[in-house]
Amino acid sequence: MSAVVDTHGQAHGDDHGYHPSGIMRWITTTNHKDIGTLYLWFSFTMFMIGGAMAMVIRLELFSPGLQWVNPDFFNQMTTMHGLIMVFGAIMPAFVGFANWQIPMMIGAPDMAFARLNNWSFWLLPFAASLLVISFFTPGGAPGVGWTMYAPLTVQMGVGMDLTIFAVHLLGMSSIMGSINIITTILNLRAPGMTLMRMPLFCWTWLITAYLLVAAMPVLAGAVTMTLTDRHFGTSFFNAAGGGDPVLYQHIFWFFGHPEVYIIALPAFGVISQVIPAFSRKPLFGYASMVYATSAIAILSFIVWAHHMYTVGMPVAGQLFFMYATTLIAVPTGVKVFNWVATMWRGSLSFETPMLFAVGFVFLFTLGGMTGLVLSLAAVDIQLHDTYYVVAHFHYVMAIGAVFAGYAGVYFWFPKWTGKMYDETLGKWHFWLSVVFINITFFVQHFSGLAGMPRRVPDYPLMFETWNKISSIGAFGFGIAQFLFLYIIIKAIRSGEQAPERPWEGADSLEWTHLPTPAPHHSFHTPPVLK
Amino acid sequence: MAQGATDPRRQQHYYVPPPMPWPIFGSMALFLMVLGGVFVMNGTSAGWISLAVGAMVILYMMFRWFGDVIRESESGTYHGWEDMSFRWGMSWFIFSEVMFFAAFFGALFWVRVMSVPDLANLEHTALLWPGFEAHWPSAGPAFAEKFSPMGAWGIPAINTMLLLSSGVTVTIAHFALKQNRRGRLNLFLFLTVALGVLFLALQVYEYGHGYADLNLKLTTGVYGSTFYMLTGFHGFHVTVGAIMLSVILARCLSGHFKPDHHFGFEAVAWYWHFVDVVWLGLFIFVYWL
Repeated sequence: MSAVVDTHGQAHGDDHGYHPSGIMRWITTTNHKDIGTLYLWFSFTMFMIGGAMAMVIRLELFSPGLQWVNPDFFNQMTTMHGLIMVFGAIMPAFVGFANWQIPMMIGAPDMAFARLNNWSFWLLPFAASLLVISFFTPGGAPGVGWTMYAPLTVQMGVGMDLTIFAVHLLGMSSIMGSINIITTILNLRAPGMTLMRMPLFCWTWLITAYLLVAAMPVLAGAVTMTLTDRHFGTSFFNAAGGGDPVLYQHIFWFFGHPEVYIIALPAFGVISQVIPAFSRKPLFGYASMVYATSAIAILSFIVWAHHMYTVGMPVAGQLFFMYATTLIAVPTGVKVFNWVATMWRGSLSFETPMLFAVGFVFLFTLGGMTGLVLSLAAVDIQLHDTYYVVAHFHYVMAIGAVFAGYAGVYFWFPKWTGKMYDETLGKWHFWLSVVFINITFFVQHFSGLAGMPRRVPDYPLMFETWNKISSIGAFGFGIAQFLFLYIIIKAIRSGEQAPERPWEGADSLEWTHLPTPAPHHSFHTPPVLK
Repeated sequence: MAQGATDPRRQQHYYVPPPMPWPIFGSMALFLMVLGGVFVMNGTSAGWISLAVGAMVILYMMFRWFGDVIRESESGTYHGWEDMSFRWGMSWFIFSEVMFFAAFFGALFWVRVMSVPDLANLEHTALLWPGFEAHWPSAGPAFAEKFSPMGAWGIPAINTMLLLSSGVTVTIAHFALKQNRRGRLNLFLFLTVALGVLFLALQVYEYGHGYADLNLKLTTGVYGSTFYMLTGFHGFHVTVGAIMLSVILARCLSGHFKPDHHFGFEAVAWYWHFVDVVWLGLFIFVYWL
């Protein structure tokens, strides 16, 4: 690819005429960069709200006995923490990255459906409002757990209905966003940008978007059945009418397991951009990365019942889902080894994005290993619904996905804003985060192995030490995230001017073909690729 | 390959639309409708107001948003490159709809193969529901009333013929459009809409028959649930499809679409065929087997 900076499209966008300013600019925008920014700020806001709920949880669990909140409110906190973090924080964050990066990385003028893109975002604040409003209804927010299992959901109050509709709106947003991403990648690549030359981030998003289009409608079906069981007398999940509560779990996890990769794959994509840039080497095994990503996507649809080993399924079923699940370790292992091989004999430097990326590789792998432990049906029957599971999925999500998100923000921040963040503070943010988050979650493996169940506000004295340590870690991690907010605001207000190529090892189109900061409209005409 | 994508050389410019206010109208409308719906479901009838206002706002939004798109299309804003995006977009949208129906078909299969037989096994009959026998249709062990299932070879078979015929008429209309035979286009498109409306009318009659004569209701255990939810969502999709076909018919009557540029028509035709295929699944697994 040419290293010539070329600014065509900067001055003459299509959007002559209507140019609202102020808040209306953000409400009516069709620009992928504006919408990406909206997604990222929304995501961070929800991250802080969901984080505040985590603080309530850890506060209550600081000591045995009930001290701060009643058990019902505690259940509402765990439920909303899960829903908000999954649907409000992590998923929108990566859609924000997709919006900003995919058009720039493939040499497109914008997303394929710019107006639909606006709607995909602007459904989110309304859906989030529904979730928040549910706290103020009689009975409060639902306390059913983020998985919303029947029959408990059928017995909940008004807040459950609001949550069901919030899930519908979030699903609509995800489906529209995904169709947009797929179409953009398939149809708007610059001439010469073949699929197998795309940056890996685009590949992981193409496959993630496919997973979303396939899985989100199924979730919509599951919550719709819950709604009609609640209000219209259907019997989908009611054994007396011939239905089955376990049916809900099957439908939910048919969505829920691909959802895990919906969260993980874009994180893999970000890491696959960051590690080569700071190793000053091309990504090792690019084609195998693409195939591994596809393999994970296909396998993700045939492993769902590993979330349900204890529900009472035939041994043949447990064996099938166990073998299929352990099979996923192969493509995931391919990825981890490829990242390590990329760093091998590279000319490494450890700026903040690279620190978060390396942290990701270590800690995500740890979370993946505990996943392998849990995939074994015989072991899972002991560990099911214990803090071991909580530790496992927080290692892949709260550490894996969040660290990848931070790596991406620090990595692309100069390109987005033309400003540099404070490297020293960035490193502080990393080290505080990595230390405290491990204090939070590593000990949960021990309390889980010892038998502490999840989703309880109280516990026997024997678990006190582990819980105290975990809570201290959580408070520390929570406070450290305000440092991130400070770093970002400081950089936007008074950050140093970023150089044209802040990371000399980064070689995708946004670095080689666009100035820093990226102009509002890039690639009005497709770039020339060599 | 595609009609409208006549220029094999890549265009230099892809149309990126200017800012527009309609999406936020859509979000606010859905928010109002959802809030209203939750109020209504929980017995606060004031929710109807919010529901109605939301519905009006979303109708207004669709009117304005689609109006903008139609104007752009008719003024020649879209070329082969944009056309290809529309094709990808519509295809993936239909795929998402397929997956939505898959959830309900999955529920049907689970109930028939797993949960109803399981409820009649030794454990359940010994402890909970003595005398319950597994058979399909079933409304479950605790449903005391008698009901009759909906037979396949009356109205449903006629409806199958109606929908399959409408698939043929819409294809004839499409060929007429490609040959620029506008009279034939309008006639067969009108026939398609008419067949769709007739289908819906028969479906309404069938529901009335179920409620009045067969004691088959939404609340009739899991048979009633799967029957009405699957056919109901399908009927909703037929309704949406018929409205979309009517809009396309109105546009055809005002001279919109060209023999080589009519993706709006094709998208609705695709949607109509999708609804058709779902019906075949319903006919086989809900009514017949």
